Amino acid sequence: MTKPLQQPISRREFIHLSALTGAFLGLGFSLPDRAQAGEKSIFKLTNDNPVPTEITPFILIDSTNRIILINHKPEMGQGTWQSIPVLVAEELDVRLDQVEIHMATADKKYGDMGVGGSNSVKGSYMHLRKAGAAAREMLLAAAAQTWNVPLIDCTTKEGMVLHKKSTKKLSYGELVEKASKLDVPKEPKLKDPKTFKLIGKAIPRPDVPLKVDGTAQFGIDIKVPGMLYASIERAPVFYAKVKSVDDAKAKTVAGVKQVLRSERKLNKNTFYGVAVLAENYYAATQGRKALKIQWETGNNTQWNSQTIYARMKDLAQAEGKISHSTGDFDKAFLAAPTKLEAEYKLPFAAHAPMEPQNCVAHVQADKCEIWAPTQVPDWAKGEVAKYLNMPEESITLHTTYLGGGFGRRLFFDAIMEAVHLSKQAGVPVKTIWSREDDMTAGPFRPGTYSSLKAGLDAAGKPIAFQHKVVAPSISYDNFGSKDPSQREDEGAMEGIKDSAYEFAHAKYHTIYAETTMPLGWWRAVYSTTTAFAHESFIDEVAHAAKKDPLQFRLSLINKNTRMKKLLTFLGEKSGWSKPLDKGWGKGVAIWQFFAGQAGHVVYVSKLNGQTKIEKIVAAIDCGMAINPDNVKAQVEGATVMALMAALKDEITFEGGKAVQTNFNNYRMMRIQEIPPIEVYILPSTDKPDGVGEPGLPPLAPALGNALFAATGKRVRQLPFRMEEM
Amino acid sequence: MANFTLTINGEQHQVDVDPQMPLLWVIRDFVGLTGTKFGCGIAQCGACTVHLDGNATRSCVLPVSAVADKQITTIEGLSTEKSHPLQKAWIEHQVPQCGYCQSGQLMSAAALLKQKPKPTDADIDTAMQGNICRCGTYVRIRKAIHSAANLMSDATPTNKTGKP
Repeated sequence: MTKPLQQPISRREFIHLSALTGAFLGLGFSLPDRAQAGEKSIFKLTNDNPVPTEITPFILIDSTNRIILINHKPEMGQGTWQSIPVLVAEELDVRLDQVEIHMATADKKYGDMGVGGSNSVKGSYMHLRKAGAAAREMLLAAAAQTWNVPLIDCTTKEGMVLHKKSTKKLSYGELVEKASKLDVPKEPKLKDPKTFKLIGKAIPRPDVPLKVDGTAQFGIDIKVPGMLYASIERAPVFYAKVKSVDDAKAKTVAGVKQVLRSERKLNKNTFYGVAVLAENYYAATQGRKALKIQWETGNNTQWNSQTIYARMKDLAQAEGKISHSTGDFDKAFLAAPTKLEAEYKLPFAAHAPMEPQNCVAHVQADKCEIWAPTQVPDWAKGEVAKYLNMPEESITLHTTYLGGGFGRRLFFDAIMEAVHLSKQAGVPVKTIWSREDDMTAGPFRPGTYSSLKAGLDAAGKPIAFQHKVVAPSISYDNFGSKDPSQREDEGAMEGIKDSAYEFAHAKYHTIYAETTMPLGWWRAVYSTTTAFAHESFIDEVAHAAKKDPLQFRLSLINKNTRMKKLLTFLGEKSGWSKPLDKGWGKGVAIWQFFAGQAGHVVYVSKLNGQTKIEKIVAAIDCGMAINPDNVKAQVEGATVMALMAALKDEITFEGGKAVQTNFNNYRMMRIQEIPPIEVYILPSTDKPDGVGEPGLPPLAPALGNALFAATGKRVRQLPFRMEEM
Repeated sequence: MANFTLTINGEQHQVDVDPQMPLLWVIRDFVGLTGTKFGCGIAQCGACTVHLDGNATRSCVLPVSAVADKQITTIEGLSTEKSHPLQKAWIEHQVPQCGYCQSGQLMSAAALLKQKPKPTDADIDTAMQGNICRCGTYVRIRKAIHSAANLMSDATPTNKTGKP
């Protein structure tokens, strides 16, 4: 058995609940006073599913009423340490401050543990509530049996079952043994959301206190006995290989123990380097500096940003793959009395989480133990098992807190790399990437190039609209394709092909651009570039039609009532219709894609030659907000991340490598640069939708549109400098 | 290698390390206090901020040989039981997201409040601009610093709430 908890529970009994949800869901009850000593587990199956490893204990209760809720979704700042257990707690009827929350070790039995696509809450909402509700019903039934009273006379309150007609009460802990012998209800009755006590409330996040005194443990903080620290000199050009290594000097550095070849598997790609392993990290970095390496760089030195974008501009002439088409765009555009055309150029970006990539791995003959800040524990575990040719049960992967994810840690290359080194070294190895490693090694958000056209009829009504996106392919770059002619990443069409705006004649296509740098999903992915092009060009069309940009957008939306409502709400909350101060301009943008939907209104001013962002108003429709304060925090943070991508630095390439290396040349927003940010959540009783990503895509176009309103200058590429406006 | 006696959070620690080793790595790898974080290694992000004789200092570029006679305070020594007004305000305003930069943010803010118990927004800008937060918690950091300053000025010898 793997140890799912920081404080392992050695004796337990599980009740299978897979019948309830059809997938990987269960309840676990810990029974220290009943079970045998040691790790013996008793499985009680309620259906014919013969695979006990598929049982998922989200709830553990022992006879002392110690209640543990298992969080299977890594906490990277997005709030799963609260928003996941609260789903169970609500239906189980316990307070969050009376339970312990433990991170699950990686296991398929939890279902998908990945945190991406703003999906953690929306993907877990029903099945975790069912788990809580089923356990509560079993505890109620156990109490009714104990007291020999009708079930209907029993109720629960914060970890206790109460008898309504007397003062009798029993804690969940006192009932857990009896409850565990009962059948699991297949369709437990869920609460009416109107009666929620925890969901929808701004309940403090239990991880926050650990993050104000240095006790929260991140991957970089892990230390295990006998561990060596590794620093890796990486190929100076993507995909370059090591020709020869002179490590004589490196090995004279005090504390240096081994020098090894390293390989970093990033999905289908492999990157090479030379690792110095030492007794402490500083010694490893000093040994690394003393290495003399000859590299085989191949042809990749020819790649640079200028040629990449020149090629993308040429490719924009092609037809590419049509994702969606309505009417006859080509004919309608040709006939339109007013025509608009524009091209937008969007940059590559690095994730730059504050915690650089790192991992501790200990590979032994027949097993492997890993400690890592990862967004995909179960996926990574499976790939490590294949890599080591071991059964998955031999791999134990502990997920620590993540010092930022933003999509970077959906890639487990740092885990594979540490595993590769530990296997060679024969000891536990902790890799710590330098900031330069983290910023230059990728994977990067791909830059894109958009070509847009619109045709207006004689009355100024837009009748034809086209958006072509030239984009490198994250999916092809990472996973290849069975059909070599299908390299386009359909993600580049997110939010475009299914846009809320309706035109009689429209065409949306994507064109594949070949690249050599590693590519990855960055928070909100392609939409952080394509939304800028799309929503800026919509603004261009609104101005050409001489319409108010917000009213113009509303006039284009008919069927998509959700977006119509959100845009109306954003208009109200931002005071869009109010007169502006002299020198001010306002801009609006909205975006709906796989992660959800949100919008921004940005107010800027140009006074005495100085351009300034005066205020940002954001609105999100995330359905029901599980924790409204956390939703606001996420949208605030997404807005700041989008400001950086709009106003600070891009990642460029020269000679087959990234130019920007650290926070001095890939600059972040700093506190004195943050304008006032207001966030509004659309009141909703719909089921939860995404929160982490929707706050990014609309910011940059809203800002560009506001600057056009204030200055008459149209921004068609990111990043740009406010002072140049 | 050389022997150093470091005073960290009021306790003395003997270490035998390369005199050029940055204080950050001595604190983390030798003393075993991991609340102080590595972010950039070039004093650009502030994740490694500690106090040297009460002043906020980036420990990632400071050789251990330069600090032997100083009082070093790390996030672990900021208070006992998260009782510093800034820590209380950080919790009240739910400032941290991923939390990785927050030790450094708190140490910079604590040094600020020591010098300026009632900081203006401009004071906050000056004191905090060396600390990057990639999650973008800046709006809340500002609010929490003001809130902590108010907590400190409200604190009087008599206990207003009557609670222990």
